[in-house]
Amino acid sequence: MSLADGSVPPSPRPLVKLTNIRKSFGPVEVLKGVDMAVQEGQVVAMIGRSGSGKSTLLRSINGLERIDDGVIEVDGECVDPSQIDLRALRLKVGMVFQQFNLFPHLSAGENVMLALKVVKKQDKASCRAAAEQALAKVGLGHKFDAYPSHLSGGQQQRVAIARSLAMAPKVLLCDEITSALDPELVSEVLSVVRKLAEEGMTLLLVTHEMRFAREVCDSLVFMHGGRIIEQGPPADLFDHPKTAELAQFVGMVEAR
Amino acid sequence: MAYRFDFASLLDYTPVLVNGVATTVGLTLVGAVLGVGIGIGGAAARSSANAPLRVAVGAYVELIRNTPFLVQLFFIFFGLPSLGVRLPEWQAALLAMVINLGAYATEIIRAGIDATPKGQIEAGASLGMSGPQIFRYIILGPAMGKIWPALTSQIIIVMLGSSVCSQIAVEELSFAANFIQSRNFRPFEVYFVATALYLALAVGLRWLLARLGDRLFARAARA
Amino acid sequence: MLNFTFWDILSNLLLAARWTVLLSAIAFVCGGVAGLLVLLARVAPLRPLQGAMKIYIELFQGTPLLMQLFIVFFVLPLVGVETSPWTAAAVSLTLFTSAYLAEIWRGCVDAVPKGQWEASASLALSYGEQMRYVVLPQALRIAVPPTVGFSVQVVKGTAVTSIIGFVEITKAGTMITNATFQPFLVYGLVGLLYFALCYPLSLSAKALERKLNVAR
Repeated sequence: MSLADGSVPPSPRPLVKLTNIRKSFGPVEVLKGVDMAVQEGQVVAMIGRSGSGKSTLLRSINGLERIDDGVIEVDGECVDPSQIDLRALRLKVGMVFQQFNLFPHLSAGENVMLALKVVKKQDKASCRAAAEQALAKVGLGHKFDAYPSHLSGGQQQRVAIARSLAMAPKVLLCDEITSALDPELVSEVLSVVRKLAEEGMTLLLVTHEMRFAREVCDSLVFMHGGRIIEQGPPADLFDHPKTAELAQFVGMVEAR
Repeated sequence: MAYRFDFASLLDYTPVLVNGVATTVGLTLVGAVLGVGIGIGGAAARSSANAPLRVAVGAYVELIRNTPFLVQLFFIFFGLPSLGVRLPEWQAALLAMVINLGAYATEIIRAGIDATPKGQIEAGASLGMSGPQIFRYIILGPAMGKIWPALTSQIIIVMLGSSVCSQIAVEELSFAANFIQSRNFRPFEVYFVATALYLALAVGLRWLLARLGDRLFARAARA
Repeated sequence: MLNFTFWDILSNLLLAARWTVLLSAIAFVCGGVAGLLVLLARVAPLRPLQGAMKIYIELFQGTPLLMQLFIVFFVLPLVGVETSPWTAAAVSLTLFTSAYLAEIWRGCVDAVPKGQWEASASLALSYGEQMRYVVLPQALRIAVPPTVGFSVQVVKGTAVTSIIGFVEITKAGTMITNATFQPFLVYGLVGLLYFALCYPLSLSAKALERKLNVAR
């Protein structure tokens, strides 16, 4: 992106910056020195085979996994891996899970309101308003009082997205959020994500949905064996893979 | 006046304690073998087609599980003589422990049997095996492997429960403790040591039964 | 030798049964409160506290109730507390109950899926907030059947207190047997009384368990 006089402005400070991230589970090294930068407003897809380390990397950004070595910076602040209280970080970084993880004893609306009330200490009226707004945004305004057990998988996942959005995070992490859904329910969730992307939300998605990645994402990150071995615009990676591993991965996926 | 602890006075009574421990261990091991045997039989009976048998075993299980062991012991030792059955103390204690463990073992093993995947039984039937053969070769092994930890816990509970057998003068560990403290007037030290011995026995027994379970059921449990 | 009718025997046992029920109730309620404290300490993210509670629970689960009772009965006077059989029985059973309930409830907390912890953590809830708003409410539902089931163990445990002289059903039975020389009848009735107290509790626990499994 260049200015009128042809010069390229210096890149703004990335919203999320990972430097030389290392993580082992016992004797198995899962992340072998990963570097990654995500700009504000970017939509990044992380792809790769099972065991390539993509979920582990994602989960380390909001502190669900403690890294062994390396630096994680979010919004200019370093995340101290030994820090016990990650509350400040988690106010900036939201997460949506493959298994939705809605709270079964609370209604959809109460699921969305809980953190607003307890963490952000908002009063009841503003919590309710924010929750109704978040649910309306994902198309479930009419399901405020419904309990998760009465919602379909796609609806539950959309409530989970609303729950994270209500906290107004700067970046939303999505860990294979459509993998546990029946095929016919996948599109309703993806269209919500697409809308968020169009509105400028910074998104980091671990996904197997290649068509979605190609259409919606600015950047694709391909991980293999605990390292990022290719990254760039989706069209480049899919159409002109530089490494044999990516070529094989793309071939495998498209053959399905 | 501060109480002065005197554990040394216990040393004179070491043989009594050792005898008590041996009796407790002996009762527990024999009781466990017989009790588990009854449990296997009871569990098999619970799944039989014979309705009166099922009900009878069910009644036995509920009766034992809903009454205290002490009362069962007293009933056997003090009550049965009225029917002409007069047992020496240790036999009454053993009988009570076996009947008690048998009821719990029946339920525990039954749960293991119920957890057998239907496909296993269907495969056995398709191979022409009879009901008892299917039970013996296909169902029982894996079932025992699955419930072994729960059974181990129950055996330890019975071992700890054997302490009340001291009340009918069986010379197990609690009886030894009572005997010693009535002679050296050091109840705290005596009961402290006896309790520590029970704890050691519980830990040791758990370890022993775990190893035994590995030996007998490791392959089956992995199934 | 006085002649005791069946009704004499039964009415005496029923009178003693009041004490069994009272002791059971006190041990269960006080043990429950204490057990909750032990549970919170047991699952708190503080290693030394967890370890101490582990030892506490192991002590009560790995030793006979009779020995626990004797120790309380003989130790309390040493620190100056007036100990009647009633006091020793209540204190001992309360401690016993607290350890077992804490362990049962810990299993229920563990049964709450890990995803619930992760989702609430991702929403920036602190440990205390996670427990209070997300985990404990779910653990509570899971805990009802085994807790009711344990109440049966408490009632049966009161029988052991007869040995230190507390007059509940079993002790009454022993005293009546010594007077009437009808052990078969007396201990038979004693057994039936305990059964009448415990069986409804066992049935409730089973029914609650079924209801819980259907609801999941």
